[in-house]
Amino acid sequence: MLDISISYNRYQFLGNEFLTWIWYMMERKRDELLQIEEDLVYLEIGNRIVIENRMNDNTETITIKGDDAGLEEGILALRKGAVVTEMNLFYKSGEQEWRFTLKGESMHITNLKPPESGAVESSEELEGAVIEKAYLCERVILFLDAAFNRFIRVRISEDWHKKTVPAIKEWIYA
Amino acid sequence: MGLLSSTVSIMRYKVEGRIEEPVFENVAKGLKKNVINDIDKEAEEKAVGWTTLENPYSPDFANRLFVIDTYLAFCLRIDKKTIPSKIIAKHFAKECAKRLAESGREYLARTEKKLIKDQVIDSLALRIPATPNIYDLLWNNEEGWLWFFSTQKSANEDLETLFQNSFKLRLIRIFPYTMADLLSGLSEGQKNLLNQLTPTHFTE
Repeated sequence: MLDISISYNRYQFLGNEFLTWIWYMMERKRDELLQIEEDLVYLEIGNRIVIENRMNDNTETITIKGDDAGLEEGILALRKGAVVTEMNLFYKSGEQEWRFTLKGESMHITNLKPPESGAVESSEELEGAVIEKAYLCERVILFLDAAFNRFIRVRISEDWHKKTVPAIKEWIYA
Repeated sequence: MGLLSSTVSIMRYKVEGRIEEPVFENVAKGLKKNVINDIDKEAEEKAVGWTTLENPYSPDFANRLFVIDTYLAFCLRIDKKTIPSKIIAKHFAKECAKRLAESGREYLARTEKKLIKDQVIDSLALRIPATPNIYDLLWNNEEGWLWFFSTQKSANEDLETLFQNSFKLRLIRIFPYTMADLLSGLSEGQKNLLNQLTPTHFTE
């Protein structure tokens, strides 16, 4: 394995490309996306998306906020060569819904709001609450691992440049 | 935003290696060795140590209370004294004036000033209580992963150092490359392809 700090910087583009790919999958390959997890009901962009263009030695950042915000500006930024660097997502699996933000560069999960679980009122309830919360967090992590697994296999394959990139371009320029 | 908060943030780690048998005893040993020290009455400005999920201000790692189902659950506590710079400046100026009056000199040497500043900070640190910050973590020793419930850079750095010192195991952060290399089940051939990747440009 490569040195950790070198690999963090050299391959941070992978996380941003993953988020861009997820957006494309949500828009154009919904059926394929739903196959990532058996119980997946939907995956939608939530109330925030950050798009960055780091070309030409400058960084241009566009942040789109709000529950029903239009994403047209984001698409325009992609056309100029930007990639998604941060994305808030709604994830519904079975009857339950999660909301979280994923940062491409680090794959940090922030503001993860899992389905509501019971409040802890006594120390006897602590153990059950930890197990329940761990399970709810793990659901998101397993989904992300499965989605990333799917992405990275496409990314290292010949299909990435032959099929996926042209299809993403076609979506961006539609 | 701890483990039991309604909203959480998670930094994921892979734990390189496993705790040797007897697992719980060895974990308890590591936790006790680096349990948080109360520095309220000490001159230290910062303390980093382990504490319990259940009772973070009076940690006790007896009775395996850190074992929950298949997880090891405990917390990193970072106590820090923040002395406002204006208070330091005030006490430093007073102390310098006192030293000059006592010695009859007009100036103090640079090293002398530094010594006075350190003494002022130490004396103020004895009077100011430390602010505790508690960060929960879940560790699955069998599967070799750990979730740290904070994405704060300094807290993660303190965690990585303390974990290595306590358990002699290295934490590897999970970010895009390590996710692909360590968690995606790629073959050696696929990992070679991964190492050769360069950014894609989606523009026409």
